[in-house]
Amino acid sequence: MKRVRQAASVLVCTLVLISVVGGILSHFDYSQQDREQVNCAPSRAHWLGTDDLGRDRLARLLHGARVSILLAPAAAAISMLLAFAIGAVPGFAGGLAERAAKTVIDLALSVPWLFLLLIARAMLPLNTSPAASAMITFLVLGLLGWAAPARILLARARGLRQAGFITLARSMGAPPARLLCRHVLPNLRPVVAAQFWISVPIFILSEANLSILGLGVAEPLPSLGSLLRELESVLSLRADLWRFVPLVVLVLMVSSLQVAVSRQEVYS
Amino acid sequence: MRRHTLALLVLLVLLPSPKTAAATDELRFYLRSEPKTFNPLKAADDASETIRYLTGGVLVRLNRDTQKLQPELASSWKVSRDGRQITFVLRRELRFSDGTPFTAQDVKYTMEQLMNPDLHSPTADSFRSGSGKIECEAPAPDKAVIRFPAPLAGLDRLFDQVAILSSQSPHKEMAVLGPFYVSDHKPGSYVYLRRNPNYWKRDSLGRQLPYISSIRLDIQSNHDIELMKFGRGEIHLINSLDADYFDRLSATSPAMVHDAGVSLDSEQMWFNQVATAPIPAYKLRWFASRNFRRAISSAINREDLCKVVYHGHAQPAMGPVSPANKFWFNASLRPVQFDPNSAMQFLRADGFQLVEGKLRDREGHAVEFSVVTNAGNRARERMATMVQQDLRAIGMTVNIVTLDFPSLLQRITQDFNYEAVLLGLVNVELDPNEQMNVWLSSSETHQWNPKQKTPATMWEAQIDGLMRAQASTMDDRLRKKDFDLVQEIVAEQAPFIYLVNKHALTAVSRWVEGAKPVVLRPQTYWNIEYLKLDVERDDNGK
Amino acid sequence: MLSSILRRLLLAVCTIVAGGFFSAALVRCAPGFGTDERQLDPRLSNDSIRAIQGLHAEDRNIVRSYLTSLGRTLRGDLGVSRTLNRPVRQLLHDRAAVTATVAGKGLALAWSAAVGMAFAAWFWHTPALRLSVTLFSGALLCLPAGVLALLAILLDLPAYLVIALIVYPKVHRYLSGLVEAACKMPHIITARATGATETRIFLRHVLPVIRREVLALAGVSIGIALSAAIPVEALCGVAGIGQLAWQSALARDLPLLTNVAMLVIACVVLANSGADLLSEERRQPA
Repeated sequence: MKRVRQAASVLVCTLVLISVVGGILSHFDYSQQDREQVNCAPSRAHWLGTDDLGRDRLARLLHGARVSILLAPAAAAISMLLAFAIGAVPGFAGGLAERAAKTVIDLALSVPWLFLLLIARAMLPLNTSPAASAMITFLVLGLLGWAAPARILLARARGLRQAGFITLARSMGAPPARLLCRHVLPNLRPVVAAQFWISVPIFILSEANLSILGLGVAEPLPSLGSLLRELESVLSLRADLWRFVPLVVLVLMVSSLQVAVSRQEVYS
Repeated sequence: MRRHTLALLVLLVLLPSPKTAAATDELRFYLRSEPKTFNPLKAADDASETIRYLTGGVLVRLNRDTQKLQPELASSWKVSRDGRQITFVLRRELRFSDGTPFTAQDVKYTMEQLMNPDLHSPTADSFRSGSGKIECEAPAPDKAVIRFPAPLAGLDRLFDQVAILSSQSPHKEMAVLGPFYVSDHKPGSYVYLRRNPNYWKRDSLGRQLPYISSIRLDIQSNHDIELMKFGRGEIHLINSLDADYFDRLSATSPAMVHDAGVSLDSEQMWFNQVATAPIPAYKLRWFASRNFRRAISSAINREDLCKVVYHGHAQPAMGPVSPANKFWFNASLRPVQFDPNSAMQFLRADGFQLVEGKLRDREGHAVEFSVVTNAGNRARERMATMVQQDLRAIGMTVNIVTLDFPSLLQRITQDFNYEAVLLGLVNVELDPNEQMNVWLSSSETHQWNPKQKTPATMWEAQIDGLMRAQASTMDDRLRKKDFDLVQEIVAEQAPFIYLVNKHALTAVSRWVEGAKPVVLRPQTYWNIEYLKLDVERDDNGK
Repeated sequence: MLSSILRRLLLAVCTIVAGGFFSAALVRCAPGFGTDERQLDPRLSNDSIRAIQGLHAEDRNIVRSYLTSLGRTLRGDLGVSRTLNRPVRQLLHDRAAVTATVAGKGLALAWSAAVGMAFAAWFWHTPALRLSVTLFSGALLCLPAGVLALLAILLDLPAYLVIALIVYPKVHRYLSGLVEAACKMPHIITARATGATETRIFLRHVLPVIRREVLALAGVSIGIALSAAIPVEALCGVAGIGQLAWQSALARDLPLLTNVAMLVIACVVLANSGADLLSEERRQPA
């Protein structure tokens, strides 16, 4: 498994490097339309062919990967921070805090956040740049995606409350903050890690779906999510293999990250 | 392994499996949304109008192929010289689907219901030519006379949209005179129609119509699924096909797709010219300038839009009327040529200049604005992206904002919090009176600057006068002259920047006999009574 | 025990009512509320358009509107859907069972697969198996729900399978993490040392330890399944609550949306409360 982990780490680094400096791999601009070369197959000039507007797919993939790979983990980190604050802390504290947290989490899991997103869009200026729109979208996703992990963190933290080592630490005079950071958090790591890796692809896909609300990455800026949405027409229009490359990239990225960072967990 | 699996999937898509409807005599196609009502007088959305067309009996019918009126429930009709009265002679001994007899009283009842102000019916508003009541009399069981307070040009054609209700039936609007009646409905799922046993029409051999015994209309808004199901033979018609799908089907089943030519529909852009709009004043000044709008129009490559977005199944638009509308189209108009140099000339005339590749106005503001369009419409999203690139070439920055339809609607009709819009216009009618409220400056639907107390510009005042004039005369030559002038003013002033006129693209299964797709809606089933299903039929129609 | 249940029920009811109000307020304040596509119809006169715009006047005051609808709900009247022109109660009644069946089967399948995979990884714990499972669940996470739904239609697969494919990777990832953490515990090492079989260890020593988190995950997965039902039902043409929710959201149908939201909140709250109750029960001192 150690070799597999090493290989995964190398793959992750390669993918990140390619997405960050990949502009040199393609001499096309991601927004440049060549209207005579629409939906072309891969060729020497266009390694992954062109899209519906004659834009180089490789350039769009590289740029889109950069957008998604940088912003989606950031959004996932925000949601995990919130999940910890709203789930784990009250779960460990117990009592009224725990009950209030459960109620808030249940509400957050079930209200139609779609409308909050609509309100958010309405409050944004019309001329928000595509880059700013992308950042705001992932920020919003991060701010809204904490409820499910918070529920599980709450349950886990509540269980740890009565654990032997916590009782021991408490009896030795450890303050609550130290208990949380030094004893609870390491034991929550498996859940936090699991949710983090789930959130990254979910946020990437959600960003693409948010375009229907006016959020999401705006044209001509690409994202992995918007490239993946093209797959919906693959089945009915054309099953060109190169249209699956963004999916392969995302799967490799997410899976490699999971494998690369999985290690011995501390147990209670 | 993955390659073989993918190949199998491709094969499954390419080859339509011989799945057929449960009954061989059941026509199937999709409605793209839930019908809002089964009351034909209230029908305003696409799905409800489909149900109305298939179930409603009308006095006269516009033949979608010849574009001429033909008698239906009325065997003849006469419009008075002054355009204020129409007299119908009705066919005798006809019955509604529940057996209730059809008489002139039903026509009177229908008109009374239609003109109820609480109904908010678009058909009723088309009839309201002036202040005063519309009167309907039934001097004989087979004669109906309708009087209007003011002349109404194109009066008889309006009755194509009026499905007659029964004044006596306990089933109310569910008792119909059309070829089918609503037999079953599961909200959100399907509508099931059955042959009307009392339908009056017969074919040349005396056989009662329609030939098809039932129609199943499933509700499905996803175009990919619609295409898949059509390819597998699970549905028989696609009434409106996107260009992508047209080409896809054309490659595998060329006999099943039809391009009837340019339709009445258009795609256009317009700029917000509402003086109180919550956008910067300098932008309002840009949008109010004819030169600015003409520059934008010249900078957009319409040929590319037709080629790339519609794969050649569209043509550059010239104005508010499509060339498919043979009589009303102003043949002297020409499409705006793609000419960035001409665009720059228009802009320089207004003091715009290119500074380091960015266009700036005379106050130094960089020209940047947003274009909103409705999300989920791939063609429009692509057009917006292409327009973005075209305008970038003349130094403008365009931001594309796709919104869900209600949000878009709020911005363009209530808040006026938008800068430019890219939308389409669906023209159901040929007569320009149907567009009256687009051109009258006082109207709510005068999109770029609605509800004006007095016309904001001379040319809008001129259009107001011309539209009112053409609506008040019965002489089609005079009407055409006025409306031609309206089209010329619109071309000159460009309040709408017309982009393309799409073609009417449809798909008809090889098992359907008698279909003759046309440009006018409903393109594939306009002659529903004469359609037959023959599952033995091959690709060559044998 | 009884008082605990009653307390939870009361809290659940308060949560549902509060959630309903919050949902209604969101819908009311969201852009597009009160609009009607008929406003763009050039055939309509100014008077007609103004009348259409005024149709939602009663909903302008959201507090009053919500309290009125709440009062009606207590009498069994859930209002009338503005988009479908049908009583909301009838719509929910017709569709709740469909969604319950689809989501229920999807959840059952997802959990069976997730537990099965977790057990397989436990039993065989080979790097190849772990890698394959990671890649598989990673691929499922990365596929848009729309693509999965279209694949299902293409291959004539049932809608609940799509829900299972959406829920499975999320459940599996958590579960495998919990199982991995549990397997390092001292009592597991002890059990192995005493010669217990892997199956016995998994069932008798691992699952009970992570029961609380698994129950919490079960409660959360119901919410995930209901969320997944919306695009799946809309695409697969399943006439369930999910399809209704999507149509009503697009049309800003306040009476329908408020009731659907309250129904979803009720399901989530009851599921999570049930999970908490079950996980607490065993903690009573012997």
